Amino acid sequence: MQPKESINDFVIKFANVNGTGSASANGMFAKAIFRMGIPVSPRNIFPSNIQGLPTWYEVRVSQDGYLGRRGGIDMMVSVNPQSFAKDVSEVEPGGYMVYDTTKPLDLRHVRRDVNYLGIPLTEMCLREYTDSRQRQLFKNVIYVGALAALLNIDFAILKDLVREQFKGKEKLITPNIHALEMGHQYASTHFTCPLGIHLKAGEQTPKHIEEFDQILMDGNTATALGAVYAGATVAAWYPITPSTSVVDAFEKYCRRLRIDPGTGKKNYAIVQAEDELSAMGMVIGANWNGARAFTATSGPGISLMSEFLGLAYFAEVPAVLVDVQRAGPSTGMPTRTQQSDIFAAAYASHGDTKHVLLFPATPAECFSMTVEAFDLAERLQTPIIMMSDLDLGMNEWMSPPLEFDDNYRYDRGKVLTGEELEAMTERFGRYLDVDGDGIPYRTYPGAHPTKGAYFTRGSSRDEYAAYTEDGDVYVRNMDRLLQKFETAKSLVPEAKIKMAEAPTKDALLFFGTTASPAYEALEMLEKEGIHLDTLRLRSFPFTQEVEDFIEAHDRIFVIEQNRDGQMRRLLLNETNVEANAKLVSVVEYDGLPVTARKIATVIRGHLGVNNVTPLVPQEKETA
Amino acid sequence: MTYAKPAFRHPDSKTNEVGCTRRDYEGGLSTLCAGCGHDSISAAIIDACFELSIEPHRVAKLSGIGCSSKTPAYFLSGSHSFNSVHGRMPSVATGANVANRDLIYIGVSGDGDTASIGMGQFAHVMRRNLNMTYIVENNGCYGLTKGQDSATMDTDSVSKKGDINPYMPIDLVRLGIEVGATFVGRSFSGDKAQLVPLIKAALSHRGFALLDVISPCVTFNNHQGSTKSYANFREHNEAMPVDFVPRREAITTSYDAGMVQEVCLHDGSVLRLQKVNNEYNIEDAQSALDAIAHHTKQDRILTGLLYINRDSEELHDVLQTASKPLNTLTQRDLCPGSRFLDSINAGLR
Repeated sequence: MQPKESINDFVIKFANVNGTGSASANGMFAKAIFRMGIPVSPRNIFPSNIQGLPTWYEVRVSQDGYLGRRGGIDMMVSVNPQSFAKDVSEVEPGGYMVYDTTKPLDLRHVRRDVNYLGIPLTEMCLREYTDSRQRQLFKNVIYVGALAALLNIDFAILKDLVREQFKGKEKLITPNIHALEMGHQYASTHFTCPLGIHLKAGEQTPKHIEEFDQILMDGNTATALGAVYAGATVAAWYPITPSTSVVDAFEKYCRRLRIDPGTGKKNYAIVQAEDELSAMGMVIGANWNGARAFTATSGPGISLMSEFLGLAYFAEVPAVLVDVQRAGPSTGMPTRTQQSDIFAAAYASHGDTKHVLLFPATPAECFSMTVEAFDLAERLQTPIIMMSDLDLGMNEWMSPPLEFDDNYRYDRGKVLTGEELEAMTERFGRYLDVDGDGIPYRTYPGAHPTKGAYFTRGSSRDEYAAYTEDGDVYVRNMDRLLQKFETAKSLVPEAKIKMAEAPTKDALLFFGTTASPAYEALEMLEKEGIHLDTLRLRSFPFTQEVEDFIEAHDRIFVIEQNRDGQMRRLLLNETNVEANAKLVSVVEYDGLPVTARKIATVIRGHLGVNNVTPLVPQEKETA
Repeated sequence: MTYAKPAFRHPDSKTNEVGCTRRDYEGGLSTLCAGCGHDSISAAIIDACFELSIEPHRVAKLSGIGCSSKTPAYFLSGSHSFNSVHGRMPSVATGANVANRDLIYIGVSGDGDTASIGMGQFAHVMRRNLNMTYIVENNGCYGLTKGQDSATMDTDSVSKKGDINPYMPIDLVRLGIEVGATFVGRSFSGDKAQLVPLIKAALSHRGFALLDVISPCVTFNNHQGSTKSYANFREHNEAMPVDFVPRREAITTSYDAGMVQEVCLHDGSVLRLQKVNNEYNIEDAQSALDAIAHHTKQDRILTGLLYINRDSEELHDVLQTASKPLNTLTQRDLCPGSRFLDSINAGLR
């Protein structure tokens, strides 16, 4: 079979064993491509395991700047015999299979339409190193060196990356560079380099990137940085994949930025709680007292926090919660991605409860939306839930540099200070709607010696925070909370709408990490003459332009990563348009980020465009 | 029965050091049953805060759910209060305290709220040695749902319906000493002379102060056969008197010299205790556990200050937070600005 050919546009997948040090070598591989100025998006596909199970790393190289998953594998770097059968079956015809020749291939699974590139990785390590851990670790570095030759990676960049990585552990630099060279030399001597698929620096500027001044960053780190910039001083949390690195990164930045130079004391507090219930309780307690506090969790945590989310909604206490979604229900697939907490978050807790949700799609948005979330929480005196996911949170994404406007000032919401209370002649009513926007005024404990104290409670109360079981007063309060939710529509981030070049009545609607592959699918379809308008949701409650958009189209494909089409249902529930027949669900929920090809295929199917050849012909043959 | 408190204040009402009368520490009218032990505890809190000259607005009151958790409405109406969800007061208190270390935190809970639904949070807030006073109004039953046994109900105690409790009770004071509370006392709602000084000492303690206060439920758990009835508790109470002496005041109470232990608290005040025997060292956890166990075995309930660790690190010490409360920090203190972001970006290229 004719080997695949493509410059700066292919997908490489590494099949490794978890816990063998492959992650840092693979990360170096992706970063080198990024440093060459070629758009790249790496993804860890890892097991819920510390050591021993199969783990993968998928690297998408895209000259056009597409960062979502494309679908299909052009080269498999197979370093794990456990998963060989599955791995080899995923390679596209004409694709490449880099493998370790130390042990014979399992011939039952060998395909004729794939090009094999054997490197005696284990043998080279056994010869070169005596220590067993070194033999394992350097195997990864050797294959990166070989790939540098095969794919035309700038070797000087790789060497730089090694030097950066081992800064402070200088004696590791030379052996790592040596391992890279060994791999490079082996590949250069044994194969025609570069292969048909390879990299070329200095090609034209990527189509979807204005300037190649990009950073490579994961969403959780960006979220943590957002919390630092928002002035969060308290983080309470319970460790859970894939959200753990949010608080880890918050702590890392706080250690740099929030230590009082005079005393060495901390201007922040991080409390690892006993469970997610407690984490949310701490966040509520701290916010009640006027500190900006947040937590980060994932699906199971949302279930536990629901009790407190209801309290915060009803008692009107600000809170910021980052939900880095993973595949549910229950424990589900803890290390796989999904967008399946939409309902659980939007309606968390019993009774009539609704929460404001934000949907970031990029690390830059994780950063800016986290800053915004704290303002919204205090302005609206309610929990704000930021709906990230594992794909966005834990993978590195190319992103424009983070920006922050130094003229921006925090919106701490309606808080009466001691002086304002002192000057007040009328009676303070904690739940009085003074301004007609449904948002009352609050006071911090201790603000004034005799004025402004009130009783915060999850039970029904009147405008002056006194307990009541009077039905009329209860209804008045519940209606005000609804009015506040209406007010939220004017404050939350608006949706991003992109109209097609030609007028159309069909549209795509998506949010979060579905955006990248959806935009790529859109372009695939455009090339085939299929025009679609798009709307990227960025928040709930849905703003007016969302309703207008639905109104203006006949058919809207709602693309999301869960089984039940939760966002579609939320749109039906929470908009005033008759949309049941219009909204068509397009879902993917296998735990891996949805691919552009999958979206395009499903849309074609719906549109009745069937004259397209299948994407991945599975012409598997036994040797 | 009256439904409104008279606004009248006697012009000669005694004022304390901060110019407040006892009335300034009162709250709304109690809606608990007449004779409820909880109301006596509220009154003791009022006395303690008045006598300590605490400014009401410097106190934050927190509670969970249940009869006990309603009581913050009945004292210190000049303080902010947070009636949270069932069994979750400790976490709300933790967050509040972390955000503002300058307030005085009083948590009120019940035996259901603490020993059942809130057991996890209760144990962990003690582990963290949060600087707060945590009062359990312990009546051995669930009042609001009509008298079911709680987890502190003693084995073989008879419920109002006549059922005999087959389960082991959870002894809150022993648990507290085991997991890290640094001030542990037990008292009785009917013993004001002991309870008020204990609350004052708890409020003066730096760290987690647990007070397990037996507070009979007059409606559901005050009958013959109940171990948590007024009569039964009075009969079995082995009370160790406590005298709280504020800073700079002379000690006047006289006790049997051999059994007295004086404890100087963090703020300079002194606790003077009369112990049940000479061997008992209340600053030693094992000694305290032994004394409690010994009395339980004898069918006696030891009350008073049972254990104290005066030199512990409270949560803020462990977290090394700045002395200026976190909730007073402003954007200028907290936001690194765009210049730092440039360096972050540079590191990610």
